[in-house]
Amino acid sequence: MSYGALMAVLAFLTAALFCASLLIGPGAIGLADSLDALLRGRGEAVTLVMREIRLPRALLGVMVGAALGASGAALQGFLRNPLAEPGLIGVSAMASLGAVISLQTGLAAAFALALPLAALAGALAGALLILVMAGPRGAALTLILGGVAISALGGAASALVLSLSPNPFAAAEIVFWTMGSLADRSMVHVGLMAPFFLIGLALLAPLGRGLDALTLGEDAAEAMGVGLRRLRLTLVAATAALVGSATAVAGGIGFVGLAAPHLLRRAVGGAPSRLIPAAALGGAILVLAADVAVRVIAPDRDLKLGVMTALVGAPFFLHLIARARRDGA
Amino acid sequence: MKKRGAFRRGEGFSGPPRRAALLCALTALTMSAAPARALEGPAPDAAPRRVVSVNLCADQLALMLAAPGQLLSVSMLAQDPRSSVMAEAAQALRVNHGLAEEIFLMDPDLVLAGSFTSAATVGMLERLGLRVERLAPAYALEEIAGLIRQTGGLLGREAEAEAMAARFEADLAALRASAAESTHPRAALYEANGYAPGEKSLAADLLRVSGFASVAAEFGLDHGGFVPLELLVLAEPDMVVAGRPRDEGAARGEEILVHPALEALRGRSGVGVLPDRDWVCGLPATLRAAERLGAARRDLEAKK
Repeated sequence: MSYGALMAVLAFLTAALFCASLLIGPGAIGLADSLDALLRGRGEAVTLVMREIRLPRALLGVMVGAALGASGAALQGFLRNPLAEPGLIGVSAMASLGAVISLQTGLAAAFALALPLAALAGALAGALLILVMAGPRGAALTLILGGVAISALGGAASALVLSLSPNPFAAAEIVFWTMGSLADRSMVHVGLMAPFFLIGLALLAPLGRGLDALTLGEDAAEAMGVGLRRLRLTLVAATAALVGSATAVAGGIGFVGLAAPHLLRRAVGGAPSRLIPAAALGGAILVLAADVAVRVIAPDRDLKLGVMTALVGAPFFLHLIARARRDGA
Repeated sequence: MKKRGAFRRGEGFSGPPRRAALLCALTALTMSAAPARALEGPAPDAAPRRVVSVNLCADQLALMLAAPGQLLSVSMLAQDPRSSVMAEAAQALRVNHGLAEEIFLMDPDLVLAGSFTSAATVGMLERLGLRVERLAPAYALEEIAGLIRQTGGLLGREAEAEAMAARFEADLAALRASAAESTHPRAALYEANGYAPGEKSLAADLLRVSGFASVAAEFGLDHGGFVPLELLVLAEPDMVVAGRPRDEGAARGEEILVHPALEALRGRSGVGVLPDRDWVCGLPATLRAAERLGAARRDLEAKK
């Protein structure tokens, strides 16, 4: 399949799942009624459901998935390590910590953008830490050990802050910050995420060429005129904006950034410049599918998205290990 | 050889002796108070003099009924004005966190717990020789008078309890009579995390006594459950009775209470307020909440 055809198929799947996300929900609303309400505002209650409950959820599914898929593909390209994934290397956990702190200090209530900004700051700290620890090559062992350490630190600190909250409901939300959910989100959250999401994508877009050159090695890339320092800084900023804003509104959703690039790497031929857009669509497909699945499986339980993505993602992880062992033998 | 032995002893210092010290401390703890009281041994029918309550509902009943100085400590939640109608009175008392150790050290002669108080804690306290009495939660307004009498009996304050229970029963009868002319508008209760108390809950009984029909019945909820916001919106209730997020500390579970869709629903229907403290526990104050809801219902009916 050509790259163009692949992207068309991915875009079609994203659009189809976006519609499914709009049309599937606990309230049984007919197809015609749903569309009538969404597009023309017919029927007060149904319009409210479509425009204020389902539409933001579907939009966030696309944005959160694309953010995680694209940043996963970019990190993997830069570190030349297939294990680099925002959830695994601790960037998501640190973003959660930032978000939790801004919520519990009352900063987010005083100033709405404080929530995504704090999550972004957390993601930035996580990304810088892992780059410092793993070094420019991102050797698998240091990357994973560093990631485990940062994830544990971020998760524990978030749990501590939530446990000390005067609000009795806060401690129960540790699961949300580690597993993620799109339940009961509103257009307010879409508005909070959108600017950072677009900035992150804009920062990431021009990096493809440099990342492609980097697949040949650092020396070769520098010889081709790629500024590694600048590439690295832009990449960290883009990842922080994408993962930070996604985590601020949806919690930490694992495995999307791992599974989306892996599913598509062979089909696009492995060049990061082609993989990043494909993985963005792939991530959107995974998150939308997971979010439709949680609503079909347990409509009244707010089953967390991380449960579904881990069920899909963990086998990929095992597959990676199996392949690494086979290659090693 | 000698050196090695010394080293070993040094190493052991942080091991077994520490455990032994801990054991000693625990033994001392269990022995210090229990035998002393066993000797005094209050007569079985004498009123308890050192009462500790570890359950929010028992806290509030005891605060209303206990003689001055009789109640030693209440649970932490009793001081939270959002959860407790007796928060002010509770400020004067020590709070406990429902932990067996702290309760035991207060040397109570009666511990009031709830049916759902941690079985491990209650079991531990009973093994330590304390008298623990459990109060069942109220699932209907009728049960409240019984709870008042039961608590009064446990505290040796039968006369006070009887007066309070009789007043409660009279107020309840008056309230039921005043709801007789109701057209039964449909009200939906909605709490943090999208929780809706069901038909067999105290909160739903409160709605019924106030003259409302509860939407929970349409959702098929018995005791309560989580209702997706979109189902609530599609049910188009005449009145939305939902809480508001607290000011201190944020929780994602409470964000649903200010979701734009719920705000829009509030804009179209009547808005009732039923703070947690009014329906979590069955108390005389619960009737005040029913009176307020009844007034809101009459406003709603007048508008139609």
